Amino acid sequence: MARIIVVTSGKGGVGKTTTSAAIAMGLAKKGHKTAVIDFDVGLRNLDLIMGCERRVVYDFVNVINGEATLNQALIRDKNCNLLYILPASQTRDKDALSQEGVGKILDELKKDFKYIVCDSPAGIEKGAHLAMYFADDAFIVTNPEVSSVRDSDRMLGILSSKSRRAEQNEEPIKEYLLLSRYSPDRVKLGEMLSVDDVQEILSLHLLGVIPESKSVLNASNSGTPVILDEKSDAGQAYADIVARYLGEDRPHRFIDDKQGLFGKLFGRK
Amino acid sequence: MSLLDYFKTSKASSASLAKERLQILVAHERSSRNQPSYLPQLQKELLEVIRKYINVEQDAISVNFEQNDTQETLELNIVLPDHQKTT
Repeated sequence: MARIIVVTSGKGGVGKTTTSAAIAMGLAKKGHKTAVIDFDVGLRNLDLIMGCERRVVYDFVNVINGEATLNQALIRDKNCNLLYILPASQTRDKDALSQEGVGKILDELKKDFKYIVCDSPAGIEKGAHLAMYFADDAFIVTNPEVSSVRDSDRMLGILSSKSRRAEQNEEPIKEYLLLSRYSPDRVKLGEMLSVDDVQEILSLHLLGVIPESKSVLNASNSGTPVILDEKSDAGQAYADIVARYLGEDRPHRFIDDKQGLFGKLFGRK
Repeated sequence: MSLLDYFKTSKASSASLAKERLQILVAHERSSRNQPSYLPQLQKELLEVIRKYINVEQDAISVNFEQNDTQETLELNIVLPDHQKTT
């Protein structure tokens, strides 16, 4: 049975697209046929993060409008042949996506794919609403920062009242916390909310902590999902997250500033 | 990071301030999330009725909606002005 995952946050710039690209790649690398859809109509960027921007011919809206078939619009990833990308349209028409159209495409994808990752735009407008509406699981990407935590809580409210599962009184969407851009050393100094703080406020199941990392910018510069950078801390954090989501038991990492003075001097990277 | 930072732990950290502010805010926003949508209109109309008889301020009336597992409570609170004499 296919599962639809929405990657959402409310607030912009917290790492939704980075996360969508990473977990979609991670799921595909684990042998599951996965599609990742950019819901940010007008401001598409997933193609750039996935490194397929020059191969976009048709997009999400073309498929909804019947101007292209789903197979024509889906781009097969160059690194993993089980991963496909459905890019957003660059149209400025806000109403290009309809609930009916999105539902139809998702139903079609469900026949062929194991996981469908929906990369939500920021905000709570139509694109964000449609990205979460059909979801089975929600990955809430949050930064340890006041406005991000508040917006995440707002999104939780929307997930529990405005989704298809909520409207049809089905089992609610499973919600997971992904705490990104985390700096254990700043937490230690009392300058940043800790994992425990954020969990206490949002009371969500923690899927993983992604440390603030230079590798994320390096990955987006080159258009390769950061999870493929297996040596990087962020890449490993995403690999853990995918494994945990698939039911593996992996201890949490990147929460404590393990690297003390000794580590700093004798360089454990 | 200077050596001095190690001795500054007694000062309230900005992170704990952030947590405190968020806890209050989130609790408040969650409680208003489940409120019925007619609540503001109800409050407005109640105020109009009360004002026919008593001269009360806009914020003298509060309507609270509370929900727990077994029941829903609608609490109405009107603060009458001190000097008002009903004769």
